[in-house]
Amino acid sequence: MATTRQIDCTVNGEPVTATVETRLTLADFLRDQLTLTGTHLGCEHGVCGACTVHVDGAAVRGCLMLAVQVDGSAVRTVEGLSDGDALSPLQQAFRENHALQCGFCTPGVLMSMQSFLDEHTNPTANDVTEALSGNLCRCTGYAAVVAATLQTARDGVEHHDQSPTSGGNGS
Amino acid sequence: MKPPPFHYHDPRTVEDTLHLLSELDDAKVIAGGQSLMPMLNMRLAQPGHLVDINRVDGLAGIGWYEPEQVVRIGAATRQRTIEKDPDLARRYPLLPEAISHIGHFQTRNRGTVGGSLAHLDASAELVAVASAAEATLYAASTRAVRAIPMADFPRGHLTTDLTSDELLVAIDVPLWPDGHGYAFEEFARRHGDFALVAAAVLLELDTTHRSIRRCRVSLVGLGPAPIRLTKAEELLNGGVADDDALRSAAALARNLSAVGDDAAPAEYRLALAETLVRRGLRRALRRATQPTTPEVN
Ligand SMILES: Cc1cc2nc3c(=O)[nH]c(=O)nc-3n(C[C@@H](O)[C@H](O)[C@H](O)COP(=O)(O)OP(=O)(O)OC[C@H]3O[C@@H](n4cnc5c(N)ncnc54)[C@H](O)[C@@H]3O)c2cc1C
Ligand code: FES
Ligand code: FES
Repeated sequence: MATTRQIDCTVNGEPVTATVETRLTLADFLRDQLTLTGTHLGCEHGVCGACTVHVDGAAVRGCLMLAVQVDGSAVRTVEGLSDGDALSPLQQAFRENHALQCGFCTPGVLMSMQSFLDEHTNPTANDVTEALSGNLCRCTGYAAVVAATLQTARDGVEHHDQSPTSGGNGS
Repeated sequence: MKPPPFHYHDPRTVEDTLHLLSELDDAKVIAGGQSLMPMLNMRLAQPGHLVDINRVDGLAGIGWYEPEQVVRIGAATRQRTIEKDPDLARRYPLLPEAISHIGHFQTRNRGTVGGSLAHLDASAELVAVASAAEATLYAASTRAVRAIPMADFPRGHLTTDLTSDELLVAIDVPLWPDGHGYAFEEFARRHGDFALVAAAVLLELDTTHRSIRRCRVSLVGLGPAPIRLTKAEELLNGGVADDDALRSAAALARNLSAVGDDAAPAEYRLALAETLVRRGLRRALRRATQPTTPEVN
């Protein structure tokens, strides 16, 4: 069976060329072949959200896409949020608000909330709660995540007000 | 929890896709993958060939046909595209309202309109809408393109009228006059879960705004196929639009037969059906009486 293919994509801005089994999921490709193990796998059927990554700017389930499907695409994972050791504003807010305990769900939660913030500059707590419904957390709960996300949105707006030419988060 | 091996094809044209589907044994189309990938991961599906339609030209998009008064939606149009489309929000708001209940924004970023209809889950929101809307589905094969009325599309549990060499290419949704009433109501245990029961309602008032010119009510979650509550429609069409009429119409849902399970027995589903239809009719009537600009998110 002709079961492998070559793909070209970018992952966190870096060009990647790889030969993948056609049945390999995007999440397994990131974890096993690129050793980007920040992307977690919980349920592998789309329910828990631990595997959430961005493909061409849209948050998707990494367990429900095939690696071959990102040929030509730009992929962003949790490893692409920080700038070296400098946490992103959302990551920093998670830290300040104690929005993680074991951290298993956190990569997926961060990628979902980052995508949400990219599209909503002035969300309500209700908006955040609804956007968070596709990510399951088994230990921290959700209140601190909502608080951290709202704080990031608020800080973003303030930052924007102070320097209107800075152009938001730039991504 | 990993997909079984398969031959992978990613055609670029509808024509190539149809040839693959007609020539290959045991081929399965993959669109958004939000239902098929879980089945592959759990090995409930083990197709010999996977035909990926994500790179096929011309399968996605929204087209307005004014002379025919229909909106045509390409099968591979993402659910999220429908949810955020400003023209649909204005002219066919039932669609974005229904779609906002499908899974989560991450699954709607991938999931397609055609995939949801072809999968035909017993409580799929889009199945309820296609039924209430009297949509026409277009299925193409190397033999022909045929039009299938939504009423003839379901053939059983997760089973449609599509043959294994057919590709769903588009659906046509007949338009309703601007300012018509609409509502999508569902009950699910948690936000984003599949509905236990859901109701889609379309409603048009006459020029006096006192009586109902026509309405449509469809339910999912009561059995393998959507159910049109035609008895309620007949009762309401041409009649005075007051709350008593809406209540009596909704109560007719109790006479339907439903397939239940341990978690949600038939009786319970029918009780939900009545409540959801009543809420839906009320909301649709309110919206028809006071048309407002629907929110886009
Ligand atoms: C966590 C989660 C929650 C969900 N919640 C809901 C929900 O509340 N309501 C709901 O309705 N759905 C829900 N779904 C499923 C929904 O997201 C899917 O999008 C939808 O059921 C299938 O669409 P798809 O494009 O992903 O199709 P796929 O998964 O790619 O395909 C589904 C089936 O349709 C066939 N198919 C697809 N496109 C075509 C075509 N053009 N022609 C012929 N056959 C085709 C495939 O061969 C396959 O058999 C959920 C999924 C997840 C993961
Ligand atoms: S591992 Fe992908 S959603 Fe759970
Ligand atoms: S932090 Fe432990 S599961 Fe969410």
